[in-house]
Amino acid sequence: MSQLKDLLSNLSPAKLGEAIQKSQIYRSVFRVGVPVSDRKRMLVMLGNVFLHLHPVKVRKSGIRLRFTWCMGGITFFLFLVLTFTGLLLMFYYRPTIEYAYVDIIDLREQVPLGIMREIHRWGAHAMVISVWLHMFRVFMTGSYKPPREFNWGVGVILLVLTLLLSFTGYLLPWDQLAMWAITVGSNMARATPFAGYEGPGANLLTLGENIPLISSTSDARFALLGGTRVGEMALLRFYVLHCVGLPLVAGFLMAVHFWRIRRDGGISGPL
Amino acid sequence: METIKDIINTLTAPEILITLAAILLFVSARYRHLFYTNKVALILFPAMFVFMAISMFDEDFYLIVTKPDNVPIVGMLFLIPFFTWLSMREAVRNDKRTEEGAPLIEKEETADKVLTWPDLVYTELIAIVLLTVLLVGWSILIPAPLEESANPAATPNPSKAPWYFLGLQEMLVYFDPWLAGVVFPGLIIVGLMAIPYIDTNPKGNGYYTFKERSWEIMTFLFGFLILWVLLVILGTFLRGPNWNFFGPYEYWDTHKLEALVNVDLSDYFWVRLLGMGRPDNILVRESVGFLVVLGYFLVPPMLLAKTIFKRFYENLGPARYHIMVFLLLCMASLPIKMVLRWLFNLKYIIGIPEYFFNI
Repeated sequence: MSQLKDLLSNLSPAKLGEAIQKSQIYRSVFRVGVPVSDRKRMLVMLGNVFLHLHPVKVRKSGIRLRFTWCMGGITFFLFLVLTFTGLLLMFYYRPTIEYAYVDIIDLREQVPLGIMREIHRWGAHAMVISVWLHMFRVFMTGSYKPPREFNWGVGVILLVLTLLLSFTGYLLPWDQLAMWAITVGSNMARATPFAGYEGPGANLLTLGENIPLISSTSDARFALLGGTRVGEMALLRFYVLHCVGLPLVAGFLMAVHFWRIRRDGGISGPL
Repeated sequence: METIKDIINTLTAPEILITLAAILLFVSARYRHLFYTNKVALILFPAMFVFMAISMFDEDFYLIVTKPDNVPIVGMLFLIPFFTWLSMREAVRNDKRTEEGAPLIEKEETADKVLTWPDLVYTELIAIVLLTVLLVGWSILIPAPLEESANPAATPNPSKAPWYFLGLQEMLVYFDPWLAGVVFPGLIIVGLMAIPYIDTNPKGNGYYTFKERSWEIMTFLFGFLILWVLLVILGTFLRGPNWNFFGPYEYWDTHKLEALVNVDLSDYFWVRLLGMGRPDNILVRESVGFLVVLGYFLVPPMLLAKTIFKRFYENLGPARYHIMVFLLLCMASLPIKMVLRWLFNLKYIIGIPEYFFNI
């Protein structure tokens, strides 16, 4: 009887936690254990691949919410949310004219608790705003000044990539909103100087005497859409760019961006 | 009530709205120690909120604001002014400290180093949790928009680009696509990336300040708030069928007519000023326009270098100086073209539709 009592008292959550923390499995995963001492708090930052994006110690002024607005971090988190929800959406979506729209309808009506498309869309809008605000903060604190000039440039490209990611994703539902927004947007390419068939200078470029080099089937817009209008090829192109091409480039540049924050002295502050 | 609505409908006309916003920006910066204070924020932001809430009772306002894809822009309507206010408040506080000889707000804590775990990691964790709650709540409440299946034969009126490009689409009112859709976006990207190399002012690095870099901040705020964010808002909420202007309480009438009375510079010069027909030769016809555009890009840099930009010219050297002035002139060309349109109905300064070369 008393043995059973002992066993039960040993099953208290605190004791159980202790036992787990002592187990070989736990210690093989979390080498440092629970960071209860300053030494362990430092070791945990060094030992974890994700946490080591950050330095072990930071300037107190730099992590004030009032100073950074947390906008860079929020942007990165939204990128991760969009990657995850986007991956789930890819299970249900086929980028062809035949299926694209009905797949979205299915997603809305058949998938239980389906808010993945909502999270993906609203998250994308939120990311555009958070990226603008991040740039705004960096400007207002003069954080682009030496030694961070290069990282500001990388940031500008990441901002453009964010807009392009959002733009390419806009077409995928293949509804009226999508098609015409992309039509309006991509029509601009047809006015590219020397490279769009309605751009200035395009009709000066000819092959031989009078065969136009730039026509509606050989200009910048055609390259973007894979056709003379927003159709099947455009859908495929935007899908590939949206799901593979642009995220790869953005991920690559984010690595550069984060690395350079560390190399250039961490979050900016007065010298 | 109707009178108030009419007044607001009138005040939000592009020419008035943009002018008022620019005036507000400069006046608030001039009297920043009065404007960017907690007191003003406590009046301003609730007032904005109440204004939005009351306006929701108007059918037309409700319709345009609650379009699913317009919801983020409504959020932006509050976020951007809030963060503008916040950064300027910090700047004003820091400037006051500098004047009094006290250390900057940030400086007081720069020497203090804290452990990333827990001080930063926990902040990030809380931010992630709150953002997740917000996103899930938003997603449950408002379904993502989905219209009818794409139909190349049925053009919606108005056809709008995604909302973050509506500033560019709004520019189409004043410039042709090759400028508004290709050259200017390219220049915005190049111009932004050039900022660290043409702003050689060593002050204000890593802390909020206005006084030490007022020129840079005002240029940026004018570009970002007026020429980008305000144009996005204008394009989203106030442009209806045929890209006509509609006040926030106005019904989007497809048949609203706006007289097209815009006139080319060549018309002004040859027909109205000299009283003769426009010459047949394109180059002669547009010679005035070419002179104006060339003059615009060649004369001010030289004049400014000797007068108000003398300091820049000496600090930056000729190459950086000329790049900076060129970028500034490109940026200024948009408000200049706007004003010319509003005052003189000027359509093109150079108009050569034969070669799609219109400025």
